[in-house]
Amino acid sequence: MSEGYRAPTAGTQRVLDGLHSRGNVRAPSSFLPGVLARVGLQDAYWQQGTPIGPVYVAYGEGGVSAVRQTSSPAHFEEWYRARFGRPVTQVARPPRPLADVVEQRLGSDAQGEIEIDLRGVTAFQRAVLQKTMEIPRGEVRPYGWIAREIGRPGAVRAVGTALNHNPVPLLIPCHRVVQTNGRVGEYAFGSAAKRAVLEAEGASPDLLENLARRGVRYLGDTEDHTFCLPTCAGMHRRLAEPRFVTFRTPQQAVSAGYRACDVCRPALAS
Amino acid sequence: MSAERRVIEQFDETTADLPRALALDLDAHFERLVRCYQDRIYAFCLRYTGSPEDAEEIAQDAFVSAYRALRAYPTDRIRALALRPWLYQIALNGCRNRARGKHVRLVQMQGDEDGHSEIEPEADERERPDMVLERYEGTREMGVLVATLPERYRAAIVLRHIDGMGYAEVAAVLGEPVGTVKSNVHRGVQMLREAMDRTANEGSIQG
Repeated sequence: MSEGYRAPTAGTQRVLDGLHSRGNVRAPSSFLPGVLARVGLQDAYWQQGTPIGPVYVAYGEGGVSAVRQTSSPAHFEEWYRARFGRPVTQVARPPRPLADVVEQRLGSDAQGEIEIDLRGVTAFQRAVLQKTMEIPRGEVRPYGWIAREIGRPGAVRAVGTALNHNPVPLLIPCHRVVQTNGRVGEYAFGSAAKRAVLEAEGASPDLLENLARRGVRYLGDTEDHTFCLPTCAGMHRRLAEPRFVTFRTPQQAVSAGYRACDVCRPALAS
Repeated sequence: MSAERRVIEQFDETTADLPRALALDLDAHFERLVRCYQDRIYAFCLRYTGSPEDAEEIAQDAFVSAYRALRAYPTDRIRALALRPWLYQIALNGCRNRARGKHVRLVQMQGDEDGHSEIEPEADERERPDMVLERYEGTREMGVLVATLPERYRAAIVLRHIDGMGYAEVAAVLGEPVGTVKSNVHRGVQMLREAMDRTANEGSIQG
């Protein structure tokens, strides 16, 4: 090759100039904290808007570790260190895949895979929380339903305690678990907040309270003779039509010739 | 030697002791590794994929994989690592895997008729002065064109002319002979020039 250096043509030079200018990019500010959190070197948190106002959401190597409402970032950081024994750093926003999945979980029917750090909870609590994640948006289940579904029908009170210690309220929807008498009941962020979240999700807390006051815990479909929990997806549609009856107990429904819906499983065969 | 190349080499001096430090105490020095390379690796993924969302995800995955690999490597191996090409290799693998999963989308981008690119800069990227300048100069199209080049030209072009690597290092990252890299870069630049001439004549693609 003896031709030596050949100056690029004007067109080629324009391409090269264009290319060189493309390299001048900075990683987003959430990048470094995102990586450090994922490898377990430093947990991070951000402020997330929700139907009940802003909350702090923290995450680390094992996934989302905490959701909490506190008066200030300083309070949250102090609480986090006391609870988990490690510091947490605020970031403007979470890294991309996590941001999307949290938005989805909080605001739509689409339910992307989310990693939640449940390393600090007991096996019983984990079973309760995992079962709670199965309750669809817009629906509720009583504490007793959770207890039965995880094979511990006698542990209704313990289910309440486990949900009360839910490390990630809203993301694990403990607000969708209501009292056995059908009333909306208590919540980590207060019962008014629980009503507000349910309302935002399309489960009418007024209707639930109304049914509870009347002692109605099950609704039966007069056409296909199944009975359901009041918020079971199929029941919403039927409530608009005059084709349902009300029951106080599963026994009452069964003796009237109704069988339990196999979607909401209002009572397991005993 | 251009000013750009000199900057890169100075930059490398500050990272010269990193492999040794990482071998000694990975957790204490990993943050420095991310700080030193995050902009370059992110930029590489952004130019390769043309998507800020994909780039952030792939580049983060690359550093997480790097951390796990460093955890598993014996200290001798860490001390001998050429960090920069190694990180680029990990990122390139991530980009290639992603591209295989999203082939359809890349095809759509090429065939967009009313001149709108599917690639939109992030809000904060849009506000930055360098981005505003780019738009003004009309070089925004360049990013679209690069992201739609055939893979073998795209990888070589991004490494050589956007990241400003020497041919030997590009060849090391791609695992190809230097001659092949040179001819792919040459052919890639040629394709870009032809594409730019076409869009200039049509006056169509606007950022």
